[in-house]
Amino acid sequence: MLIPHPLLGLRDSSEFTYLGDAALLDRPDGMAEGAAARFHDYVHLRDNPAGIHRELWFHEQGDRSWLVVTRNTVTHEILGAELAREARLKGGAA
Amino acid sequence: MTRLTGGLIDRSQTLRFTFDGQGFAGHSGDTLASALLANGVRLMGRSFKYHRPRGVFAAGSEEPNALVELRAGARQEPNSRATVVELFEGLEARSQNRVGSLRRDLLAVNDLMSPFFAAGFYYKTFMWPRAFWERFYEPAIRRAAGLGSLSKEPDPDAYDAGFLHCDLLVIGGGPAGLAAALTAARTGARVILADEDFRLGGRLLAESAPLDDAPATDWIAGLEAEFASLPNLRVMRRTTVWGTFDHGIYGAVERVADHLATPGRRVRQTLWRITARRTILAAGATERHIPFQNNDRPGIMLAGAMRTYANRYAVSPAPRVAIFTNNDDGHRSALDLAARGVEIAAVIDPREGVRAQGDYPLITGVVGNAKGRLGLTRIEVVANGGSRWIDCGALGVSGGWNPNVHLASHHRGRPAWDEARHGFLPGTDGPAGMRVAGAASGQGSTAQALASGAQAAQEALADLEISATLPDLPQAEDAGLNLHPLWHVPGKGRAWVDFQNDVTVKDIALAHQENMRPVEHLKRWTTLGMATDQGKTANVTALAVMAELTGRTIPQTGTTIFRPPYTPVALSVLGGGDTGAHFRPRRLTPTHHWATAQGAVFTEVGQWMRAQYFPRPGESHWRQTVDREVLATRKGVGLCDVTTLGKVDVQGADAGEFLDRLYCNAMKSLKVGMVRYGLMLREDGHAWDDGTCARLGETHYVVTTTTAQAGPVYRHMEFARQCLWPELDVQLISTTDAWAQLSVAGPNARRLLERIVDSFDLSNEAFPFMACAGLTICGGLRARLFRISFSGELAYEIAVPARHGNALMARLLEAGADLGATPYGTEALGVLRIEKGHAAGNELNGQTTAQMLGMGRMVSTKKDSIGAVMSRREGLAVDRRVLVGLQPVDPADPVVAGAHLFAEGAPQGTGTDQGWISSACFSPHLGHAIGLGFLENGSERMGEVIVAANPLQGQSMRLRVVSPHFVDPEGGRVRD
Repeated sequence: MLIPHPLLGLRDSSEFTYLGDAALLDRPDGMAEGAAARFHDYVHLRDNPAGIHRELWFHEQGDRSWLVVTRNTVTHEILGAELAREARLKGGAA
Repeated sequence: MTRLTGGLIDRSQTLRFTFDGQGFAGHSGDTLASALLANGVRLMGRSFKYHRPRGVFAAGSEEPNALVELRAGARQEPNSRATVVELFEGLEARSQNRVGSLRRDLLAVNDLMSPFFAAGFYYKTFMWPRAFWERFYEPAIRRAAGLGSLSKEPDPDAYDAGFLHCDLLVIGGGPAGLAAALTAARTGARVILADEDFRLGGRLLAESAPLDDAPATDWIAGLEAEFASLPNLRVMRRTTVWGTFDHGIYGAVERVADHLATPGRRVRQTLWRITARRTILAAGATERHIPFQNNDRPGIMLAGAMRTYANRYAVSPAPRVAIFTNNDDGHRSALDLAARGVEIAAVIDPREGVRAQGDYPLITGVVGNAKGRLGLTRIEVVANGGSRWIDCGALGVSGGWNPNVHLASHHRGRPAWDEARHGFLPGTDGPAGMRVAGAASGQGSTAQALASGAQAAQEALADLEISATLPDLPQAEDAGLNLHPLWHVPGKGRAWVDFQNDVTVKDIALAHQENMRPVEHLKRWTTLGMATDQGKTANVTALAVMAELTGRTIPQTGTTIFRPPYTPVALSVLGGGDTGAHFRPRRLTPTHHWATAQGAVFTEVGQWMRAQYFPRPGESHWRQTVDREVLATRKGVGLCDVTTLGKVDVQGADAGEFLDRLYCNAMKSLKVGMVRYGLMLREDGHAWDDGTCARLGETHYVVTTTTAQAGPVYRHMEFARQCLWPELDVQLISTTDAWAQLSVAGPNARRLLERIVDSFDLSNEAFPFMACAGLTICGGLRARLFRISFSGELAYEIAVPARHGNALMARLLEAGADLGATPYGTEALGVLRIEKGHAAGNELNGQTTAQMLGMGRMVSTKKDSIGAVMSRREGLAVDRRVLVGLQPVDPADPVVAGAHLFAEGAPQGTGTDQGWISSACFSPHLGHAIGLGFLENGSERMGEVIVAANPLQGQSMRLRVVSPHFVDPEGGRVRD
């Protein structure tokens, strides 16, 4: 697979390490009220869609950027990739 | 001899070779199969199950029968298809799957017992008695079945792997592929043309029909000259594209040196990963046969293959041959053979009203049976309600052509049945970016192939906004097949559908009876379409037979799709040379050469090679060495390279805040010039990794990780920085390889360091326990010093730029000779830390918590940090198993890591399990074995005697529960 790195262009997937659902960007505040329940969901619950999926890839053998890659899990088509830090600053995984 | 005139072989070069020990000669341009046929050899192998005598059936990579063992010794290669083995001087080949000689195979008895061996017999026969399966049935079946054998020696050859990129990949060098490559390459686009054959041309090489009134080879020669002048075109002969992968990536194997006796200095094969923006599949078509009774006699082959042998290799399998065909193409084979002087006994064609196209006897009928166990002698022709026998030495069979849709179906592309062409064509849902041209798309005549190849190239390049002009293509034959379907000749005897797996029409009928009707069940029940040829000449015919039995159409019955690889790929080339020392990167510590000179024994720790211990003359056992190193460290001073521990440099205004969120304990409050132990949790609340955190400046920290987790922890830190808290001003870089770090441990550590530092006050007051500083040593060398201890002794870790590590180690050892300076390795390191009761990888195994490690109170409740919330959840927070020390009641007893702990006298089972031993060693300091483990309510059970059970080895030991700190429990030494 080829991943369109926003800074480096198309890169081979073998340069990356996969993590999973980009929902991990939305880490709850551990000091807030109800943190225990929210962390339960954050740690354990994931959607597993057949279709469009936003997921985290780390360019470990490259520039060490974390990317949010949008991928169709059925066809493996990659619909886009952005820097995770920018996705997070824009307001998280959504 | 059955050599004909003409052909594409070089008669000036005679090549000698052997088959089953007998010497033969062939010519350059021959394959092993054509050379054997030229020498009158029709019998080339034995079938898989019934050990039936078999001859060559095809002329290409689809060959099911003529599988041989090639070469000898370590290069012995089983299941090589004689039809694609290029002949070379000195080639050695042997028939396989036989006991005794090929002509008198003892296992041919299986054929007599065939009523017992029908499809599914394994499943029914070998069920009882159950115990017989492993001891008797399976070994016996494995001996009798199977094909060639392995040398079981290491592969002596080199392999390579490489990457290629192109605008257009053209798969197949026949008329369609050549036209496509020509059209595309003339635009200047980057084009790769890959073909499995050693000579470009594909089917053109097998035909006598001219192109523009000249031999096809003239046109090919002209193209090759032009190709050679185009730097943007890469022509890859002997290269099989074997798999389609995501995003236009194709796997290909180039057989660089398979056509040579030995590769010499070349690699044997290269694995290519080709990334193509667009692809044209021009893989041609495979002829299908028509099953009839005893249609597997040596000498019966595909009619198109017979034509290939005559036109390309100038050989006929026999002087007198017959053709059995249901289409016009079979007649062309007869004409070409006749033109080369082969006697045509008859052409048998079931179609009514067909006329002979030349001077040969035509019989309207079918072939019903064949004789000649070791080589065809006669065929039975059924016509006009009667039958008669005709003498012939070979029979060509043509049932039509199946497009080679394989690579188009690797992405679950579903081939679609084409009623007009009576075949499966690539579906419209094939791999993105791929177009199919030529016979692979059902465009089977030469003229159609040329035109469709050129047009596909023009369309593919148009996708890429490259404009291509269609080239002038030569005038070529444009005849149709006029095929009338005939899927098998009905009869009582066994008619073979799949030669390689010995599947007959009867077996398919049996599968039908047993309700194994879906194609997937049919395949697994009968083994149809399995093994090295993957049913290239069988699958569609089998599907048609099943359709007939079920009374449904072929598309209703199913379709057959293919997985990679297209043809067999050797595991050696998939490894691409990454074997032995190249299997993975090997990292050497900065003191590696010094340690080698000291005679160190090394151990692999992940990718690192670390010194395990340093034996001295007279030491006969590793324990002797390790005990000496431990005691020398506790009494004098020990030196150890600890560079492999991960180091991450953390800088920025928010560095402290960042580390506060990463470690469960506080780091922001750490004073500049001090070090603190740090524990990281996983977000699920379990303990993950530990290390030290040194604050070198207001905005500058250096943290360490364990050796094993250096990569994952760094990845996690970048995750936290980029994905969780990008608003923090903090930067990270791994400096593990930048700094050599040496541990200097033992009561003489300070005295030794005083001899190398440049006017730096090492006194306890100026540089106390857990202090850190930048300094210079040895007259100006930049260094960092940390007063931390893993051994429980007065200890320091000193870091210098990596390239000076080797020299620093030598200098310390020399300067400390009178202080008892002793190098120690990872074994002694482990003993020292177990004696001190420090947790390491065995304790941080991913199942333990801060609480269990005795560090529960370290998890700060005053701040948020990764894992803090989940560490307090029910179940984790109340885990009563805690880290304890263990020592044997009888000092002579060992302590075994991995043993489980039980109360004395209690039954031993999972319900009564009270913990486990995580680390154990012999303590030279105490003179007996010791261990660390996790025990229920352990901190309240000091002095109690428990039992450690190791049922795997029948061991059961009485141990006393003690503090995990076997050495200096008050910690006075480290603060001295």
